[in-house]
Amino acid sequence: MHKLFIWLAIAVMLACPVRAQDTSPQSGSVTSAPAPTGLGAILADNAQKIARPSRMTIGPVIDEIAASGPGASRFLQAWADKRVGLRESDDAVFIIKRVGQDYALSDPVTGEDAGTAPRSEIKEVKPNSGVRALIGAALVKFLLSDPDPSKRREALQAIERDGEASHLAPLRASIPDETDPKIKAEKQRLERLLTIRFGKESAERIAAIESFGSDTGLDLRGTLNPLVATRRSAFAGAPEGNVADELKPGRDISDAEAYALLVEAKMAPARISASEVQRALAAHVVNGQVGGLPLSEMSDPKAREQAYAALAKAGEVPQRLTDAEAQKLVEAHSYADIYAEPDPDVTAAAEAGLTRVSRQVSLMQGADLGLDALSLASIYFLAAIGLAITFGVMRVINMAHGEFITMGAYTGYVVQLFVPDKTLSVLVALPLAFAITFGAGVAMERLVIRYLYKRPLETLLASFGISIALQQLFKNIFGTQARPLTSPPWLEGALQFNDIVSISYIRIAIFVLALVFLALYLWVMRRTRLGLEVRAVTQNPSMAASMGINPDRINMLAFGFGSGIAGIAGVAIGLFAKVTSEMGQDYIVQSFMTVVVGGVGSIFGTLAGATLIGGLQKSIEWLNPSNTLAAQTYMILFIIIFIQFRPRGIIALKGRAAGD
Amino acid sequence: MKPGFLSKNPSVLWFLAILACFTLVITLLSHAYGPGVISTSMVKTLGKTLCLCLIAIAMDLVWGYTGILSLGHFAFFGLGGYMIGMWLMYERTRDIVLASAGDFPMTQQEVRDAIGTQIFGVVGGSDLPAIWTFAGSLPMQLLFVVLVPGLLALIFGWLAFRSRVTGVYLSILTQAMTLALSLYLFQNESGLRGNNGLSGLQNIPGLAADQDHSSVWFLWASAFALALGYVLSAAIVSGKFGSVIRGIRDDEARVRFLGYPVEGYKLFVFTLTAVIAAIAGALYYPQAGIINPGEMAPIASIYLAVWVAIGGRGRLYGAVMGAFFVSIVSSWFTGGRVPDLPLGFYTVKWVDWWQVLLGLSFVLVTLLAPKGLSGLVDLLAHIRSPRRGGTPMGPDQGSLQQEEARE
Amino acid sequence: MSTGAGAATLLEVSGISVSFDGFKAINNLSFSIGRAELRAVIGPNGAGKTTFMDIVTGKTRPDEGSVLWGPMSTNLLKRNEAQIARAGIGRKFQKPTVFEDQSVTDNLMMALKAHRAPWRVLFWRAGARDAARVREVAEQVGLAEQLPRKAGELSHGQKQWLEIGMLLAQEPQLLLVDEPAAGMTLAEREQTTALLVALARDHAVVVVEHDMEFVRRLDCKVTVLHEGSVLAEGSLDHVTADKRVIEVYLGR
Repeated sequence: MHKLFIWLAIAVMLACPVRAQDTSPQSGSVTSAPAPTGLGAILADNAQKIARPSRMTIGPVIDEIAASGPGASRFLQAWADKRVGLRESDDAVFIIKRVGQDYALSDPVTGEDAGTAPRSEIKEVKPNSGVRALIGAALVKFLLSDPDPSKRREALQAIERDGEASHLAPLRASIPDETDPKIKAEKQRLERLLTIRFGKESAERIAAIESFGSDTGLDLRGTLNPLVATRRSAFAGAPEGNVADELKPGRDISDAEAYALLVEAKMAPARISASEVQRALAAHVVNGQVGGLPLSEMSDPKAREQAYAALAKAGEVPQRLTDAEAQKLVEAHSYADIYAEPDPDVTAAAEAGLTRVSRQVSLMQGADLGLDALSLASIYFLAAIGLAITFGVMRVINMAHGEFITMGAYTGYVVQLFVPDKTLSVLVALPLAFAITFGAGVAMERLVIRYLYKRPLETLLASFGISIALQQLFKNIFGTQARPLTSPPWLEGALQFNDIVSISYIRIAIFVLALVFLALYLWVMRRTRLGLEVRAVTQNPSMAASMGINPDRINMLAFGFGSGIAGIAGVAIGLFAKVTSEMGQDYIVQSFMTVVVGGVGSIFGTLAGATLIGGLQKSIEWLNPSNTLAAQTYMILFIIIFIQFRPRGIIALKGRAAGD
Repeated sequence: MKPGFLSKNPSVLWFLAILACFTLVITLLSHAYGPGVISTSMVKTLGKTLCLCLIAIAMDLVWGYTGILSLGHFAFFGLGGYMIGMWLMYERTRDIVLASAGDFPMTQQEVRDAIGTQIFGVVGGSDLPAIWTFAGSLPMQLLFVVLVPGLLALIFGWLAFRSRVTGVYLSILTQAMTLALSLYLFQNESGLRGNNGLSGLQNIPGLAADQDHSSVWFLWASAFALALGYVLSAAIVSGKFGSVIRGIRDDEARVRFLGYPVEGYKLFVFTLTAVIAAIAGALYYPQAGIINPGEMAPIASIYLAVWVAIGGRGRLYGAVMGAFFVSIVSSWFTGGRVPDLPLGFYTVKWVDWWQVLLGLSFVLVTLLAPKGLSGLVDLLAHIRSPRRGGTPMGPDQGSLQQEEARE
Repeated sequence: MSTGAGAATLLEVSGISVSFDGFKAINNLSFSIGRAELRAVIGPNGAGKTTFMDIVTGKTRPDEGSVLWGPMSTNLLKRNEAQIARAGIGRKFQKPTVFEDQSVTDNLMMALKAHRAPWRVLFWRAGARDAARVREVAEQVGLAEQLPRKAGELSHGQKQWLEIGMLLAQEPQLLLVDEPAAGMTLAEREQTTALLVALARDHAVVVVEHDMEFVRRLDCKVTVLHEGSVLAEGSLDHVTADKRVIEVYLGR
């Protein structure tokens, strides 16, 4: 019940915004109101004023009521809600409620039931909006010093949403008595915001603006932005008002825009547009002639002007300014953007404040972008690490790598069909995807790739054949629509640092996965027998073979390992992207770029490549946020140019070992 | 052509003869000039196929002969199509605008504005972008067909070859270029109607003829361009120039030590083939009627490589055979004209399974027949007249039928 | 063999060094050869013989030093392989590298001294003089019978000869010949020796060789390379008497 009351109070405050501005002095005097003499007495004394309140005279009465103590807020609330009535017989004031044909009365001081009265005996009190605003301002004081902290906070939030000048004084008054330090801080912040908007002296407003420094709060930006809003207008002489920017036709605005401003300011007649001219001419064709000129000449704009002038002279159409005349008018006036806020010092301070804020926001966005880029980089890294093995270590181009990613994602989807628990299903899907794509990779190596080691370009084509066959196969089995691969519930949501910086848990998980794979790769390559043999075969196959290493087996395992990692990457990617038969294609070119830009044959090169490409793509998207397509275009162009300067990638093997 | 050239390259004569017969037969069976045994849409398909054969020749020059596996030639093909498409669309829209304008003559600006609104209404615009400045002029757009892809190839090739990017790196780089271009064209801001592409290209402005006739005329034009491209390519590869580029394919460093500026040769071949591809595209898209950026996706260029590989690299007629065979069979399968194959437990619908079949047969060709289909011509020629060595039979319909039976 | 330096110097290599990943393949090496001189370069494996040739022909860029060419003392380091080849330096590789897919005639025709620019080559057609010149070279290297055959069908020795023939057809002023005698019969070796000696009458010829017997038969000034720099220079008898040379060749 009490809650409802507060909301109603707020609703009243909201109902009467701007007009309350000039009443702030009166509400400001709340604190110095005369000593209370009890609500009942005040009501009795001022019954007529209350019944027919006028904005000019009611102020002191409201102040008196507000200061009267118990029951004051209840009465003010009822008054504002038009729930107050005057008994015609004795001018007694009641809080009233419609009950059928009658009113239920209650005592304004105690709130006790005071019986009922027929409608004819009660005169409803209907304060106008100006009076309601005064009442609302008086109510704010009660709300802001309500004993219940949650009430106080609600009141603050309401003011924050839609503050007005009249709130400032009660808010200020309530700060010294505030006991809760948190609410006190909120009150102080809100006080400063309201000061910026409604402060009387420009000095205090500027001080309030500067007190925020580079605070990035949305409330501050919401407060400052209206201050620097401008209106574009035309002036006969020099621009008047708080000028933000003088505009020169032809340089800052086009002549047409300038003329439109003139028309808007009623300094020039609206021009008759070319299409209107055309319509007018078409309506005056007589015997194949228009304004004395043959119809066939009307494809020439000059002839049209001439014909129109002739018609205008004959009075058949309204006169039209010629281009030269319009131009003259445009040049005879000045144009400027004018701040809505009249005080130039305040607008300057607001502009400076916004600049500080936007610099800070850019920094934050930079941090957020960094996180985005990091997660994109880890996705590319995951997608490319398998490729780095098959392409980097074995110099084999596997165009079907993307399809192995898809295969991993579909494995996850199928597992979820059988294992409903999402956490468990992902844990099952990861090794299973590795196993399946490992098997597919080994099969592909045994059946196709091993016959083509000496012909890298043909490997590219053969694996492309496998790629299109697999893609169609997926389409035939799983259909063309996207299949869901749902992440476990604990991976939903995002880690929120502040308004601007956040990262979703699933991306953190992918980042961790990428780190795990980096570690796994380094461990396998540097600490195991397999890694040693792989490196030996990579560097010198014939020498390795003569030392008892079976290059066939090594190639097979390396290819299988690379494919298996692609499968796991597929599960990871499938968790946040759509699982379709073509999803691998989205990653294949980027993966190649990652490996090529990073430098073939080095895992840290791949890491650097993924970071560069991920970072680059995000930064370009940031510069041109509306257009991811353009971002990709520019990124690819950058890579093409990058290759010019570092043909062997960021981390290049040098000397003879690099080979050709 | 000097008689020496043709007598040294009998395959050229064979090719020209077969192409002429093919065109003649199609013409005489068409709706326009004969009993109409071959439908107009079939004539268009065949005409388009001839254009694909032409770009396959370009691909063979750049890959089969020079060893540059370009995955970007379909980008040039598409660009050529866009250049001619701009004129076709502009002029046709102009005709429509003028026809619907009524009696009152329009100013040039009004016509342009109306055309802009018509063409770009679909992407929420109404202004003709600057790149459409010359769209109303056929000679200019024809020039652009050659110039724009040629310049792109020249700049890209210069950058790539200068830094000695070779092998698979170069392939990936060309693929990236194609992707960048198609992504660029997908944007509405590119001024070429984004993913809507250009449409209605089958209507040739100022041509009173119906589709029956114009499709045959395009078939002739395509056949003529193919013949010209074939003879030009044969002339290039038969002389010392051909010797040098094959040398570059086999051992680039050695050619350099002989004093040949390898980069210049590569750039020449890359640019020339880009122009050939663009011309093929400019002939293809008026027959297709519509062009959109999807056509230029990297995968199209890889398909091109597939055709040439299936046909057999390093022989011009091989490229033609591959393109002809694969695209005809492909349109046969994907057109749903092949009866389903019931296996009892599962019915093989070829529309669904053709891609799988193509992919696998491509793997098989790469593994088992690196010379492709034209290797079979060798085999035939060898049996009949061993002395003639590599003299080809050409891509006649008969051998294709045999191939189909073999598959 | 004392043509030596001075106005007649054709190639002047001074103070070049190059290293691969920290390994110094060539270390402050200087070398010069006259307009018509035969020189043998010997040295153990890894002495830097091939890298030296790579630098002269532009395949490898040295970290420091200069390579000057001809009467105008042109700086070769600013030129690429093709430009250096056109300037008149021909090279025969250790492993015979001929274009196996093309006929012997085509191989020689490609090497034949003529314009090298794409546009000129495109419209170039073999005239009677070119055919005669190819025939002449082929006879010189004993491949006249093999002209229409594909180079890939030739024996190893024939490929060596074909490559020498291509070198001759180029008509270079300086010939860099890497192990010409490898894989040849005794008779062929003698033939090669005779050819090289004859060439040296009006060409500069640098022969890199392992085979001391072959070098002895060349009867010319010898430069011994070791660990990327010149260890000794002079007649074969002079260098083989050098204690350090003996140590390098036999002391292990």
